[in-house]
Amino acid sequence: MLLIHCPYCDKTLPEAEFTYAGEAHIARPADPSAVGDEAWRDFLFVRTNARGPHYERWRHSHGCGRFFNAVRDTVSDRILLTYKAGEPRPDLASLAGEKA
Amino acid sequence: MSAPARAEADAPLARAAAGAFRLAGRGRVDHASRVHVTFDGRSVTGLSGDTLASALLAHGIHLMGRSFKYHRPRGLVSAGSEEPNALVMTRRGPGRAEPNTRASMQEIYEGLAAESQNRWPSLGFDAGAVNDHLSPLIAAGFYYKTFMWPRAFWRRIYEPAIRTAAGLGRAPTELDADHYGARYHHCDLLVVGGGPAGLAAALTAARAGASVMIADEHAEMGGALLSTPAAEIDGVPAWDFLAATLAELKRLGAVVLPRTTAIGYFHQNMVGLAERVTDHLATPPEGAPRERLWRVRARRVVLAQGAIERPLVFPGNDRPGVMLAGAAATMLHRFGVLVGRRVAVLAAHDSAWHTAFDLADAGAEVSLIDVRPTVGAALESAAVTRSIAVRLAHTITATHGRLRLCAVDVAPLSGGAGERLPADCLLMSGGWTPSLHLFSHTRGSLVWDAGRETFLPGTTPEACTVAGAAAGAWGLGPALTEGTAAGAAAADAIGLSATASEHFVDHDTPGTGVPTPKLPKGRGKAFVDYQNDVTDKDIRLAVREGMRSIEHVKRYTTNGMATDQGKLSNINALSIAADALATPAPAVGLTTFRPPFTPTTFGALAGHHAGATFEVTRKTPIDPWAETAGAVFEPVSLWRRARYFPQGGETMDEAVARECRATREAVGLFDASTLGKIEVVGPDSAQFLHLMYTNPFMKLAVGRCRYGVLLGEDGFIRDDGVIARIDDTRYHVTTTTGGAPRVLAMMEDYLQTEWPHLKVWLTSTTEAWATIALNGPKAAEVLAPLVEGIDLAAFPHMSAATCRVAGIAARLMRMSFTGERGYEVNVDPRRAAELWDTLLAAGAPHGITPYGTETMHVLRAEKGFIIVGQDTDGTVTPDDAGLGWAIGKQKTDFVGRRSLSRPDMVTPWRRQLVGLLTEDPDLLLEEGAQIVADPSQPVPMRMIGHVTSSYRSATLGRTIALALVEGGRGRQGDTLHASLAEGTAPVRVCSPLFYDPDGTRMTQ
Ligand SMILES: [Zn+2]
Repeated sequence: MLLIHCPYCDKTLPEAEFTYAGEAHIARPADPSAVGDEAWRDFLFVRTNARGPHYERWRHSHGCGRFFNAVRDTVSDRILLTYKAGEPRPDLASLAGEKA
Repeated sequence: MSAPARAEADAPLARAAAGAFRLAGRGRVDHASRVHVTFDGRSVTGLSGDTLASALLAHGIHLMGRSFKYHRPRGLVSAGSEEPNALVMTRRGPGRAEPNTRASMQEIYEGLAAESQNRWPSLGFDAGAVNDHLSPLIAAGFYYKTFMWPRAFWRRIYEPAIRTAAGLGRAPTELDADHYGARYHHCDLLVVGGGPAGLAAALTAARAGASVMIADEHAEMGGALLSTPAAEIDGVPAWDFLAATLAELKRLGAVVLPRTTAIGYFHQNMVGLAERVTDHLATPPEGAPRERLWRVRARRVVLAQGAIERPLVFPGNDRPGVMLAGAAATMLHRFGVLVGRRVAVLAAHDSAWHTAFDLADAGAEVSLIDVRPTVGAALESAAVTRSIAVRLAHTITATHGRLRLCAVDVAPLSGGAGERLPADCLLMSGGWTPSLHLFSHTRGSLVWDAGRETFLPGTTPEACTVAGAAAGAWGLGPALTEGTAAGAAAADAIGLSATASEHFVDHDTPGTGVPTPKLPKGRGKAFVDYQNDVTDKDIRLAVREGMRSIEHVKRYTTNGMATDQGKLSNINALSIAADALATPAPAVGLTTFRPPFTPTTFGALAGHHAGATFEVTRKTPIDPWAETAGAVFEPVSLWRRARYFPQGGETMDEAVARECRATREAVGLFDASTLGKIEVVGPDSAQFLHLMYTNPFMKLAVGRCRYGVLLGEDGFIRDDGVIARIDDTRYHVTTTTGGAPRVLAMMEDYLQTEWPHLKVWLTSTTEAWATIALNGPKAAEVLAPLVEGIDLAAFPHMSAATCRVAGIAARLMRMSFTGERGYEVNVDPRRAAELWDTLLAAGAPHGITPYGTETMHVLRAEKGFIIVGQDTDGTVTPDDAGLGWAIGKQKTDFVGRRSLSRPDMVTPWRRQLVGLLTEDPDLLLEEGAQIVADPSQPVPMRMIGHVTSSYRSATLGRTIALALVEGGRGRQGDTLHASLAEGTAPVRVCSPLFYDPDGTRMTQ
């Protein structure tokens, strides 16, 4: 069972308190009616399916209830970093540097 | 007096007490405390501290089971959890039977009853042993090749026959009478394995101040120390060192768990431990759990699981009396049991020589056969001292004896004349395989060590170290050194400072061996996997038939797929496959070890989640009344809901028909408390709901309700419910019973991540309101006298108000899910039962009738009202469901709106909700029945829809059904065909509004 750091509670807690919520940084278009069929299809269904670091959303559903973002390495299945919703996508190169 | 002489002198006493093969005063068993058990009904006297295996061996009983496929007689091979043969059924009263218990792990207690398995009629004479003579017919891949055809035979003939003849123990059929505990634990260091390496690691870390837990699967901590009493550590005998170490660990507060198996290593140092709490006790304490599952989260883990001795693959290596040398050492030193009187030893590793010496010293007549051409001079001279006959570069070519070994054939490896040696026991040692199962669970890499022909631990992503024999260190000294270093490193890693004290070992028995030797073939079967009856030949056959990877060889032969997960057989199978393929072993690959390490009871995994506490049962405040009224309940998500209220022996159909008629003709009372409720509050609430739901919400007036449809962004219906505006900034939103948490999570998601600028707050109020629904033409008459604060006559359909009902503060809504005039009264749940009673009393003169969920379903279906999740399945749009009217035509955005104009969403051939009427008005279709246009078309037919709801309607005096049918609204009046259990039935397509299509009954 993973340990996940909730950036709102600022606590590292067991995975059982959290719910996975899909890929992160896929913003809903401000005016969906202006989006073409293919772009809307991509927004709905097309995902990165990354091998390696993956930006994804989690919700602290049995805690504060907040949605937040995480970078998880899908190969090692380790969460490298979590950050609050709305914060910019972190730079993976710098993250790799920090870890080294 | 020499050791053997002493054993002889004491023997008569020992024989009388606990078996002819028991050595008085030897071992860690209590010679003064006798324990009586039965094996296949035969009573056996053991000693306190015995395992079932040691108690049986003390009486010379080696035959403990029959093999899986060939029903060959089998004896104990090992002294640990890797035991493949000695599997028994243990019983202690009703509901307390366990198959496949390893005799080597089961401690005896007074009255233990054990039975051998997989034999009929008896262990000594087994009719199934005829399979052994048929073995040319049942080689590897037999099942794949033989039982392919005809297909129908598989289910009716082959499989039942195979299941009867094969298989391990029989699963008990009674409910498990025991209960099981569960605990969470956090510590600085978890040590798996209580041998010298593990104990040294635990002690070093505990001395540095770390919180330590150490677990071992055996009854006693100590591992290899238990089998090496002659060694001296730091100047004291090994057993004194062990006792002092355990005492110090206890003093330092370490948690020491014997009888505890680490079953799996999960993410981020979460290790699952299964502790056997009472299986060794004659009278378990009242209320004690049988087992306890520990979920341990450790900052560091040291894996010190030791090594598993490897059998040698030679003809007849499965005869009872053939066992691993290390097991014989354990029997001798830990249990004071001599495994035989004339013992032959077949060695490829020095460790077996030390066992041979110990057995000779204990009085056995020993012959040593080693496949190696030379061994260390010290070993040879120690053998000479004991007058042990030594044959180097020899092997065993055959074994003899029916139910027990009586002789072995020995021959030089180079060929040439052999000789026959009488022997009642043959010990083998093909070297040692590090136990890296848990390390593999961490996704740790394994590195092939060609010299020792084994895998050693490489790197792992977890904060974990492997120490001792598991890391390839052989002997007490190296194990203590490695364990100490691992414990110190763990302490350092968590910021403590540890002192790595050195240990000095005298009379250590380190040694080396040779890689798995390729032994000559003989006439008899040479087994690789004892439990699944896989032979050397089977593996070579698999390779000849094209298997190249060990994963394929494994599946084709079933090698390593039994309950022991190939603990004894994997490396031998790998070596043989590599030899047959003429490639190095790593190229053939290694099968993956997966949790659990050893078979684990479902009880331990389930813990308290069994029986009444399997899951939560949510009950409404009206539930006690319903129970008293004799309701028949049904589960709806986690809720228990009253389905119908039979009166005086009514069937369900009769009760539902009565409840329906009463509601249509007079008034029905319904507990709707399980409906999900969400309080939406804040200045931007209207805008928020306007964006979430398909319907327009900006202009919904205070005091009004509106039906709302919630879509996913993909345009498909996710939920529905009625939303009431309580005041300018406050809405009472209802959801389906099962959908409440999902809807709240979805709303939170949009609110937090897409529209964080909206000032809206969401609160789950499902359990803050009990909801009682009154439906029927007399509903207003019943309710009106009880309502204060509003005029019910001026309270039209889809109104909402805060008022008092029967003196209780309430949110009152007028709405209907039945098609009749309807009211829903929401009150504090603590006063709901009181309100229910008041309404029942007030309605009595009008014939008020409580109804359940079944009647609710029928009444709503007569009106064509959908139930999300029954009439929709996640691929249904509002238009498909006939809810196009619920879409705000002026709206430019709501969740899912854009998807509704995607090309696939607007084709005329989407499945649309329709009504179906069978030609035969009594025929009730099955929900889920498929619909075709032409039942005479060839199979497979083109299915154009399916039935979603189907009921007997008392109101209409016939059956009705709802269905989703391709282009259904354009097929009104057409005849289609619905599948039945046998054949099809013609159905006419109609409107899903079967009753009061204009809705005047509920709106007037
Ligand atoms: Zn949180």
